[in-house]
Amino acid sequence: MFFTYLRRELAGRRRQTAIIAIGMALAIALVIIVNSVAAGVKTAQASVLESVYGVGTDITVSQTPTPPEEGEEGDRGRFQFGADDGTTSDDGTTAVSQSRLSAGFGSSTFAASALDTVTGIDNVSAASGTLSLTNTTFTGEMPQFTRDGGTTDGAPADQGAAAPPQGGADGAGGSAFDVDSFTVLGLDPSADAIGPLSAVTLADGRTLDTDDTGADVAVLDADYATSAELAVGDTIDIGGTDFEIVGTVTSNSADAASASNVYIPLDVAQTLSGEDGNISTIYVQAASSTDIAQVQADIETALPDATVSTQEDLASSVSGSLGTASDLVANLGLWLSIAVLIAAFLIAILFTISGVTRRTREFGTLKAIGWSNRRIVGQVTGESLVQGLIGGALGVVIGVIGVTVINIIAPTLSGSASTGGLDAAAGGGAGGPGGAGGAGATGGGRGFGGPMATAAQATTDVALNAPLTLSVIAIAVGLAVLGGLLAGAFGGWRAARLRPAEALRSVG
Amino acid sequence: MYTLTNVSKTYTQGKRTVHALKGVDLSIGSGQMVAIQGPTGGGKSTLLQMLGGLDRPSGGTITLSDHDISTMSDGRLADVRAKEIGFVFQGFNLIPTLTAQQNVETALEPLGVSGAERSRRATEALASVGLADRGTHLPNELSGGQQQRVAIARALVKEPEVLLADEPTGNLDEETRDEIMDLLEGLWRDRGLTLIVVTHDSAVARRAERRLHIKQGTVREV
Repeated sequence: MFFTYLRRELAGRRRQTAIIAIGMALAIALVIIVNSVAAGVKTAQASVLESVYGVGTDITVSQTPTPPEEGEEGDRGRFQFGADDGTTSDDGTTAVSQSRLSAGFGSSTFAASALDTVTGIDNVSAASGTLSLTNTTFTGEMPQFTRDGGTTDGAPADQGAAAPPQGGADGAGGSAFDVDSFTVLGLDPSADAIGPLSAVTLADGRTLDTDDTGADVAVLDADYATSAELAVGDTIDIGGTDFEIVGTVTSNSADAASASNVYIPLDVAQTLSGEDGNISTIYVQAASSTDIAQVQADIETALPDATVSTQEDLASSVSGSLGTASDLVANLGLWLSIAVLIAAFLIAILFTISGVTRRTREFGTLKAIGWSNRRIVGQVTGESLVQGLIGGALGVVIGVIGVTVINIIAPTLSGSASTGGLDAAAGGGAGGPGGAGGAGATGGGRGFGGPMATAAQATTDVALNAPLTLSVIAIAVGLAVLGGLLAGAFGGWRAARLRPAEALRSVG
Repeated sequence: MYTLTNVSKTYTQGKRTVHALKGVDLSIGSGQMVAIQGPTGGGKSTLLQMLGGLDRPSGGTITLSDHDISTMSDGRLADVRAKEIGFVFQGFNLIPTLTAQQNVETALEPLGVSGAERSRRATEALASVGLADRGTHLPNELSGGQQQRVAIARALVKEPEVLLADEPTGNLDEETRDEIMDLLEGLWRDRGLTLIVVTHDSAVARRAERRLHIKQGTVREV
């Protein structure tokens, strides 16, 4: 009787059944699509982050740079040219060239002893320190300045009455300077399971190994090697020292560059940059994913000055259209599905209550002929539940179609991991007018060129793939059941309050 | 069958208190056919509700076959209605989405009768009201008289002690009215039912062996 009555009611009141089911279906489909896209965006973010932080890194430890005190130069050093530096050609042009290796802009170094501290923390399964540096090469050509021209102290040349400078880049007293920079990452050659080199594939030659400790060898990002016209076997000038290129690597992420342009052994990097015993980032792997929060808290306690970030924190730093998509899903998508879900639930509840009200005489009659309250409430709830389930099934179908369409279109999102000083700084150099002969151009963040932002080095184009998991479908069906039960509960409550004497009323 | 002792019922309508029944004392014997007449608002329906266990009196006691139904819990009362009382309504009150056969079966649902038995008894009940061939029809496919016959079959399928009919011919034309009254009277005679009919219609009331008149909450024999 229960199922006969239920089937007959749903078939006999098709309009109400259809409205409730369609409302529920739209809400469920939206939940499935938003959930799947969110999962897809998360995967895309992870793949962008992987190219920067490597596979298996759960936590990174870095230190936020502090601004230099007033009057300080900062610790970036400067290009120093003595009076006799450079080579002077016959026409009086002096060509100078100097290469400096220093800590990346926007990053700060700290004592490597922090690595031991981190390694000693419970549930840390692996940790590796790196030093992220920027190599800047300054080359320039300057004219011959005459001594009596009064220009040696940098005063404008036209204040003197002497002869104009000779030679220079244009042969008529002009100057030309060129600044080139690339990122260098010093890393422990024996630790390749974690950190940036865990997310790369060897393209040519070999990677760094334990024997390379203390050796002037470098591994290059394949894209950088191509653009700089370098290959395995060549040498590269880093901080004034020639390094042998032993290999090239590409990022595991499609279309993404790897974390740095050049990789060299950590100890060599420390010595050359004057950062002896210092590192800039520690990559930490927790024993299990459930330990990440606890390990993060422990590191924060042990190293109060450090910035400790989990993959989760870092995901929010992914910018570009991927970041926009992430925000869109997290905000608009989430709230939209909640709003539509609430609307669908309300529609189901209101229609069920009004349906019960319309059937006052029917339920009154059933009570009059001896049906118990429980039996009638059960009937109403059963009807709502089935309406919810029909909506849920329809919603799953629409949702699966929606997700399939998204996967067929596979919109390409580009994501940049803006590392915010956590990692190697890259960026293009900017030339600027130097001072005058012999004085030396001031290096560093202030007087030299424009501000070199910590440019993101890993811009990845990711085709959005929205995975459809059983758990998402289970959640959707669960919501449909919940909606049906809620509507049934309200409708049943209304039906339970009807008096059997209603059967004698509203005669029509 | 029924014994009513000093039964009263008061409703409050806004600030007004309505005395629908005022100290009614009444006894209805088993197997009687009783007609209850009276003006609209005189208390007919209220009395029927009390007799049918659809509502409880404000004062006094009502016993049905020695059970006090004026103080029973809702659950017990539903049980008594399911087993002992059959209802026939003016508006037929069939479930519009169920067939004639299924409508009759709804009366057996609370008795826990098995599916096959339910079907057999419902078919029998429909045959006894002359609708053996209408079992698969929906109410809106039947005439008013046929619908009331289905309702009578529903009331009788559980073989109750009492049949309460509230204006059973109120929605029917004269010819059909007489058919339905013939049917009810025949069933009353054949089955030894206690039949209580509330009616406006004197032609219907005249068929009863006992007639009651209720006005302003007070019952008197006619």
